[in-house]
Amino acid sequence: MTSATKATSDGYEQAFSALRSSGGPSWLPALRREAMDRFNALGFPTTRNEDWHFTSVTPIAERVFKIAPTRSGPATLSPADVATAAIGDPDWHRLVFVNGRFEASLSAFAGLPAEVRVTTLADALKETPEFVAEHLGKLAKSEGQTFTAFNTAFAQDGVVIHVPGGEVVEAPVHIVHIADVHAAGAGIHPRLLVVAEPLSQLTIVESFVCTGSPGAAYLTNAVAEIEVGNGARVNHYKIQRESTDAYHVGTTQVRQGRDSMYHSFAYASGAAISRTNIYTQLAGENAETRLNGLYLIDGTQHADHQTFVEHLAPACASRELYKGILDGSSHGVFNGKVYVDPIAQKTDGKQTNHALLLSDQARVDTKPQLEIFADDVKCTHGATVGRLDEAALFYMKSRGLGADGARALLTYAFAAEVLETIEVDQLREGLEALAFARFTHGEQR
Amino acid sequence: MLTIDNLHATAGDKEILKGISLTVNAGEVHAIMGPNGSGKSTLAQIIAGHPGYTVTSGSVTYEGRDLLALQAEERAQAGVFLAFQYPIEIPGVTNAYFFRTAYNEVRKANGKEELDPIEFLDLMETKLKLVEMDPAMLHRSVNAGFSGGEKKRNEILQMAVLEPKLAILDETDSGLDIDALRVVAGGVNALRRPDNAAIVVTHYQRLLNYIVPDFVHVLANGRIVKSGGKELALELEARGYDWVLEAA
Ligand SMILES: Nc1ncnc2c1ncn2[C@@H]1O[C@H](COP(=O)(O)OP(=O)(O)OP(=O)(O)O)[C@@H](O)[C@H]1O
Ligand SMILES: [Mg+2]
Repeated sequence: MTSATKATSDGYEQAFSALRSSGGPSWLPALRREAMDRFNALGFPTTRNEDWHFTSVTPIAERVFKIAPTRSGPATLSPADVATAAIGDPDWHRLVFVNGRFEASLSAFAGLPAEVRVTTLADALKETPEFVAEHLGKLAKSEGQTFTAFNTAFAQDGVVIHVPGGEVVEAPVHIVHIADVHAAGAGIHPRLLVVAEPLSQLTIVESFVCTGSPGAAYLTNAVAEIEVGNGARVNHYKIQRESTDAYHVGTTQVRQGRDSMYHSFAYASGAAISRTNIYTQLAGENAETRLNGLYLIDGTQHADHQTFVEHLAPACASRELYKGILDGSSHGVFNGKVYVDPIAQKTDGKQTNHALLLSDQARVDTKPQLEIFADDVKCTHGATVGRLDEAALFYMKSRGLGADGARALLTYAFAAEVLETIEVDQLREGLEALAFARFTHGEQR
Repeated sequence: MLTIDNLHATAGDKEILKGISLTVNAGEVHAIMGPNGSGKSTLAQIIAGHPGYTVTSGSVTYEGRDLLALQAEERAQAGVFLAFQYPIEIPGVTNAYFFRTAYNEVRKANGKEELDPIEFLDLMETKLKLVEMDPAMLHRSVNAGFSGGEKKRNEILQMAVLEPKLAILDETDSGLDIDALRVVAGGVNALRRPDNAAIVVTHYQRLLNYIVPDFVHVLANGRIVKSGGKELALELEARGYDWVLEAA
């Protein structure tokens, strides 16, 4: 441990001791302490760590991000602010967190089916501590995962969703994380726990947005654990539009039962440095996972996506499509790992990722990693890094489109293929409009 | 309308056009024929403003303006249209959106009002009928996965929508069945007016039965080696190019 990391680890130890842990169930302090010890022992990953080879977290490691205090005065944001900041719909169930703290006045999720439980983590710890104890930290383990340990040690609040067997939640559950002007210097560690029992259906949208500009760095370090029971279906959209001053690390750990479906879409256009981990275990026969994503970065932004699909049962399918659009001197990283266990015969895996470089300084590193230990499998991967098609640009210009308009339209078209896979209309249309505006009018995120 | 004077052009180190002169007046249709690789598409692409070619000498004047000084989009906005020999596929951009954007850009550049999507669909309805194309094609990505003939028909549809003053058709008839050929010819003839002109690049006299040219030129090895009336095309059909090349 270097002296700089010693200083920050002392700082975090102090912050950890200062956290109020009164009122929670008796097992919680021990879970936290254990995570804190892991966090200390692991330290922040360096680029010598294979999983972090292309992403340096030095700017995150060299300072102490303080836990944002609970708001003392009246709410500074209105529902209209939330509507402007995050793509959503009044019909969705909505839980809003500002700088990591739940804002009841901005939230509305009363209209859920009676058997379906959606609560904040704080409430769940009071109301159903056994349920939380049974699931929290079971999928998202701290072992070897600094940021997960970090979250488990410091998580102040989050969301717990329990969908009993056969229940179908029609409208998406929207979890909105807003960083406002008070986020400067803060460490925000949201936690999401989802248990979708057999044959249930659920759509989750997680939005990470900012209002105004905090003007200084803050860190979002989110962890989600999602259990998808036999025959259940979970659609999960993660929309990362943090301030470009921010750092964002998001880890999603999923475990799928037989005949289940998990569809993930990760959109990332914010943060100075972002790292998105989507890990899923196909643990029952005939399960399907679909991991799609789009990132749009420019300036000096850095966006890293790591996916890990573990085929642990026969006849499962995994489909991945990630696209990146990079401008300025931005840097994108995509690392797609697939593991096929010896028993996972008839695995059908396909991974594709395409990057579009809009400038000479932008850069992308792609690393597919296939570890296949079964023989009767079909696993393919393909990656391209390209520039705008000059022939298409000329064709468009020859029809009267200006050079900028032609470039914008072609860039948008590149993004459209993956945006089209979003099944929630308002979200798809919202993101399409965002991407379109960004490319045609040079608007920000 | 269009005056090409002693045009020389290269791609990389290769000299492709070696002194082309051609005058096209309003109301005229010119056919350009000639062996493969003689420079017909190069000439067409240079007129449209393709950045891949360098004009080393000579000039192209369009309606009194130095055409070579204009950007490709400015040429289109000024009424120049090229139907590509190999139309480009643009996955992710629908025909409808592309056509409307092109149409409105050209209108805007000419100080005319833009059409909204509904008005534009009305316009498209008539144009689709003209080229006998299924309206469903409007919602597909531009040329993506289109058959060869569908791509050519799509070029004519764009021409019909943009109503250019100078249309250049680069082998739009190649690979077309008889019905499609009739449609393409119909599209060109519908545009034929005293104030418009067309240059039709083709290998086949057959097309010229439908689009009757005022002049026929033979381009060989980067030069126009023979020009004549519509009967020249018949003669080429009967005798091939050798006699022209030998005489040149
Ligand atoms: N960008 C380029 N770089 C190098 N050579 C080129 C380029 N474009 C065209 N050429 C060459 O120039 C010559 C003329 O090509 P062009 O496409 O104009 O012929 P064409 O008369 O249209 O032939 P066809 O009847 O087969 O369509 C050919 O030899 C071709 O290979
Ligand atoms: Mg040609």
